[in-house]
Amino acid sequence: MSLWVDKYRPVSLAKLDYHKDQSAHLKKLVEGGDFPHLLVYGPSGAGKKTRIMCTLRELYGPGVEKLRIEQCQFTTPSNKKLEISTISSNYHIEVNPSDVGHNDRIVIQELIKNVAQVNQLDTTQQKNFKVVVLTEVDRLTKEAQHALRRTMEKYMSTCRIILCCNSTSKVIPAIRSRCLGLRVAAPSIAEISQILITVCKKEGLTLPHEMAVKVAEKSGRNLRRALLMCEACRVQQYPFNIDKEISEPDWEIYLRETATMIAQQQSPKRLLEVRARLYELLTHCIPPDIIMKGLLKDLLAVCDGQLKAEVVQCAAFYEHRLQQGQKAIYHLEAFVAKFMAIYKRFLEEGIADIF
Amino acid sequence: MQAFLKGGKVSTDKSKVDSPVPSSSAAKKSKDGKLKIVPWIEKYRPKNVEDVAYQDEVIAVLKKSLEGSDLPNLLFYGPPGTGKTSTILAASRQLFGPELYRDRVLELNASDERGISVIREKVKKFAQLTAGGTRSDGKPCPPFKIIILDEADSMTKDAQSALRRTMERESKTTRFCLICNYVTRIIEPITSRCAKFRFKMLAEDILSSRLKKICDEEGVLIEDTVIDAVLKTSEGDMRKAIMTLQSASRLCGKDGTISREMIYNISGVISEDYLDKLIRKCSRDSYEDLDKAIQDVIMEGFAASQLLNQLHDRIIMMENISDKQKSIICEKMAEVDKALMDGADEYLQLMALFSTIMYQTCHES
Repeated sequence: MSLWVDKYRPVSLAKLDYHKDQSAHLKKLVEGGDFPHLLVYGPSGAGKKTRIMCTLRELYGPGVEKLRIEQCQFTTPSNKKLEISTISSNYHIEVNPSDVGHNDRIVIQELIKNVAQVNQLDTTQQKNFKVVVLTEVDRLTKEAQHALRRTMEKYMSTCRIILCCNSTSKVIPAIRSRCLGLRVAAPSIAEISQILITVCKKEGLTLPHEMAVKVAEKSGRNLRRALLMCEACRVQQYPFNIDKEISEPDWEIYLRETATMIAQQQSPKRLLEVRARLYELLTHCIPPDIIMKGLLKDLLAVCDGQLKAEVVQCAAFYEHRLQQGQKAIYHLEAFVAKFMAIYKRFLEEGIADIF
Repeated sequence: MQAFLKGGKVSTDKSKVDSPVPSSSAAKKSKDGKLKIVPWIEKYRPKNVEDVAYQDEVIAVLKKSLEGSDLPNLLFYGPPGTGKTSTILAASRQLFGPELYRDRVLELNASDERGISVIREKVKKFAQLTAGGTRSDGKPCPPFKIIILDEADSMTKDAQSALRRTMERESKTTRFCLICNYVTRIIEPITSRCAKFRFKMLAEDILSSRLKKICDEEGVLIEDTVIDAVLKTSEGDMRKAIMTLQSASRLCGKDGTISREMIYNISGVISEDYLDKLIRKCSRDSYEDLDKAIQDVIMEGFAASQLLNQLHDRIIMMENISDKQKSIICEKMAEVDKALMDGADEYLQLMALFSTIMYQTCHES
């Protein structure tokens, strides 16, 4: 039994539920039997991958769905062995080069050259190019992105590259100017709830409209998350109970408690306690920038006007440092300490004003 | 010497006439009768130096040196899409002709391994080979080889310094051509050894005339207003403009006409209305509204860097805030831009920027 997310993933461009115009455009693009390099971007859970797979299917037929996982080995100039897993069919290969960290340049150089330098044997029946799908391009190092530049032009005749990322801010302009950008916006609440209801109907369940909207709102316009949440609700209780709270991940609740602790008391002792909790979150592999954003969201609720602006500025400042630095805990803690200082000063001023 | 020069000239002329440049040959039908499709950026890459648009000074110098069948070491720099790579590729083609081109030109770009070891071995070895002054068919050709180091600003400092001595010692047989976007990233000793050429951002009329020419040849129906839209979104980058044009013509199929919205959509530009809405939100002094608006920006998938770019133009032109406020906002923008380049979170950075703008518009006036 597969999850609903996979089970009801649309497989052809015609079946996509939203952004119909875009699907029509993609279809036209593929009809010619050829397309430029693509750069697909949008928030997570908006259906970027689904669209890519649909496009490939449109291009090559059902053969692309026969996937296999392979391990590829690369050797760096300093003789270090790298291993990366790729997902490929006869027509395309998908890889996430950022898996190998700062050695991603080697993967890009070798892999694309390997794929691109092989010509298709029988060009009468097949397309004369293969497709390389690179995911999480925004996490590629600058060197790797530079490595992509000329490669994209050079091997245009045998290879097309589809890049997939959350934001184009971190993609260098040279690559952006070589690709056709496709923006996949997140589906609206109404669209998500509609999809949830249809999926439930296909499962033979009835999902009340209010419940669907509630789930959709909770999901933060992330369709994948919405479907998973919906399925989780179904497992917990059926028929759906509208009044019941939709369960959230444990770590979100834990994070909210942490934020409350910070707002309650501002002292070195509390800071130490918060630190332990932050470590706890980090050891459970919650990404530090998510922790930071979660904390900010909850902390802002207790602040007012001018203070909010100040807190946001610090959050942005420390998050930037966090990205540059080595260890996340320093920066998270620095943010918490800074917030405590600002907040305490604000409270004391408030008290002073009263007297 | 005179004869040699003459011969050199003849050979370049000849190469111009009958050089089956790979990119153009790819457009021909392949053996099985299938039409191969070439991206327009390759198809319309200038075939000889004179075709390169707008870079008059560079072309004049290059033409002079081509007539003399000699080149200095070159350093091309300038924004992307201004024709740097095209120029040197065309020049070396003219110099050597299609057959010799392969033996005489070594093109290394950032996609090749280019650490210090490669400079020491591959480049040095190639540089040390002597080149004859005649071609296989007996015609004379310049007695040197060209090494093109594309995207040289992504080379390490060590690799660059390894080049220094090689450049001088092999000057008899080898010319180097370095291409980069930022001349500041090239170390001083290298720049002083090269003739530097800056490539200018292309002017709009040049761009539009080229685009129209391409449209004519490809049989694409396009209105002048749409061309303007392409120009506006491409910011003087020829490659981007052509890329946008081709994508648009592919998207709308064989007989559809290209609309302005489509161009904006493809190039990822944020619509003016959306931007207006955002700026209006700032003047309302409600943090919650702002938060929602920024969330929406992220959800719509707009790139923060793009937003920053367009917002900057707007802020400069805004009339209801003073110059001092503008400078404060612009300073914040610069900080945010740097942070974004470093990989900081988009939501937080945008929030920081917009709360600054909000503070400036609502509290400081």
